[in-house]
Amino acid sequence: MSHTHDRTISVEALARVEGEGAMHVEVTDGRVDKVQLRIYEPPRFFEAMLRGRSYVEPVDITARICGICPVAYQFSAINALESLCLGPDHQPPAGIRQLRRLLYCGEWIESHVLHIFLLHAPDFLGYAGAIEMAADHRELVEMALRLRKAGNQILEVIGGRAIHPINVRLGGFHRTPTRAELGTLEDELTWGREAAIEATRLVAGFDFPALDQEHTFVSLRPEPETLPPGATGYPIDGGRVVSSTGLDISVEEWPEHFYEEHVAHSTALHGRLRDGGNYLVGPAARFSLNADRLPDDLRALADEVGCTPPVTNPFRSIIVRALETVYAFDEALRLIAAYEPPTVPAIDVPATAGTGHGATEAPRGILYHRYTLAADGTITDAAIVPPTSQNQPAIEEDLVDFVQAHLHLADDDLQWQCEQAIRNYDPCISCSTHFLDLTVIRR
Amino acid sequence: MVDRIGRPKVAVFKFASCDGCQLSLLSAEDELLAIAGEIEIAYFLEATRDVVEGPYDVALVEGSITTPSDAERIREVRGMSTTLITIGACATAGGIQALRNFSDAEEFRSLVYAHPEYVDTLADSTAIAEHVPVDLELRGCPIETSQLVEVVGAILAGRKPVTPTHSVCTECKLAGNVCVTVAHGTPCLGPVTQAGCGARCPTFLRGCYGCFGPAETANTTSIAGWLADHLGVDHPELAHLFRTFNADAPAFRSESRRQEAAQR
Repeated sequence: MSHTHDRTISVEALARVEGEGAMHVEVTDGRVDKVQLRIYEPPRFFEAMLRGRSYVEPVDITARICGICPVAYQFSAINALESLCLGPDHQPPAGIRQLRRLLYCGEWIESHVLHIFLLHAPDFLGYAGAIEMAADHRELVEMALRLRKAGNQILEVIGGRAIHPINVRLGGFHRTPTRAELGTLEDELTWGREAAIEATRLVAGFDFPALDQEHTFVSLRPEPETLPPGATGYPIDGGRVVSSTGLDISVEEWPEHFYEEHVAHSTALHGRLRDGGNYLVGPAARFSLNADRLPDDLRALADEVGCTPPVTNPFRSIIVRALETVYAFDEALRLIAAYEPPTVPAIDVPATAGTGHGATEAPRGILYHRYTLAADGTITDAAIVPPTSQNQPAIEEDLVDFVQAHLHLADDDLQWQCEQAIRNYDPCISCSTHFLDLTVIRR
Repeated sequence: MVDRIGRPKVAVFKFASCDGCQLSLLSAEDELLAIAGEIEIAYFLEATRDVVEGPYDVALVEGSITTPSDAERIREVRGMSTTLITIGACATAGGIQALRNFSDAEEFRSLVYAHPEYVDTLADSTAIAEHVPVDLELRGCPIETSQLVEVVGAILAGRKPVTPTHSVCTECKLAGNVCVTVAHGTPCLGPVTQAGCGARCPTFLRGCYGCFGPAETANTTSIAGWLADHLGVDHPELAHLFRTFNADAPAFRSESRRQEAAQR
């Protein structure tokens, strides 16, 4: 059996990803003919569980799809339900929208820092994990933990809890914070902004394996007039759906352009574009389509570290994640400075029969929700499209090219590099809706 | 079973869940590196690709049992672990995915997946204790990081961990909160829900939604009757109130079934 020509590589349980998955690669006569991400995360049937429940409940129930990005689920649900029940043009008061975007900044910080330093950086620096990395790079890990804590503090103060926030409801919040309460966050966020800038310079200095992939990028892009005071226009909590191939649609038009298919090797459905082909959501897509929406000093930082749109090497997505972390600190500080405490914590959202669509930018990319309600607010149908299921076909495509170019490596090295390539996408497979284990068969 | 410098071997296992409870360990920002120095993290896939073979001194188990292969795997985990601790509502009560226990799993599968035959799943989502003996349960959706740190600290000190079994009501009194039910007419499960969160929801003027599951000797029928009589909460809403993240915990399960029967 020849080492490079016929092989099977199997990663039976992928580490440092959220959820459970495996990878299977088959090589025949020196050609990679099959790459599968096997997502075996047990299905939890959220869309079915929501049927018969009240329209006020998805905010709490869908948060439980993911412990890393519950806020994304809460706000995609809210966008879908409020666009139906309030009408697309009616929005809650500015203060409520400021708090929503601020809370979401907290989740971006918490999730991005977790991924950059605790899950992904150990690959670049050659450690099995962050705890092992801490033995040689204690200051780096301590800085990462402090950055994460700054993000989690936003979630605690506004959301009432870092994981599965309790204070979010349809129409607003149960209780809104005072200016003084938000003020307690400022010192640590100011430190965090500077630390994140240094962190961006650090990760930009990592060695990046060569890989150049032409994917269709898809992201949200907010209309400037919908932003609350203090906010700048990088996509987080809503917007139109745009792509690198010229798509520009409202979220209501999503089903006409995107669909999901069920493949045998995965409990995550695979997202596809109706006019053919795979697409990519997430930091690389957001940055490539919205770099013009970053404040000037952040654009300058991106230029300084050599990160310019489009970002076609998936390994460099870690730099974009770091830039977005700086943005989240920056935006949080602007929103706190401009905060207009609302006169009521929540507005009334009357039950309305019909179908509502909503999307936000989870740290890993677009998260789309759709709900159909009866007149009394009972949910009769629900659909949830998480970012990882949209990215899965593109990840598989990347791996074919990557493995092909690295067949000279021994199985152990190839396996680790493939894992790293998968972690480029920060796959979140607990969304069951769903992830990794690597098998490479070399025949 | 301890490593050469005497540190206990700790493993973290995941079943059907959102990863939020094991994330609580990584969210112990102030204690994480200190804890990592005192224990040997032998198996924790979310954090490291290094795997040390069992047996383990302590297994932290997140998630519920929903597939035939997981029902097998939890027995293997039990077999190689001296102390098994379940973390969170999924592991202790079946989690939100136990809503399927009140419906037809076959129908659920075909509602979500185009090819139900690709998906191997059990009819019910069940707690770990329904499959193997459990030494300690940590409640919550998610667990509180402080409780997890307390448990790890207790193990290291060789003492019994302090985890309260009184109700959230007591925590509100300790926090000096005004009662949201009495003062604002907000339905609250605080009287029948186990403490541990520090009364997070009432502190934010929201009624407790029971994410820590039933307290010891919870009188669910009494609170349901009170909410119906005084606040006019109807049977379907009461059934939903008890049927969320701990839907299959016995006290909450029987109350939601009672409310469902009353509405017929």
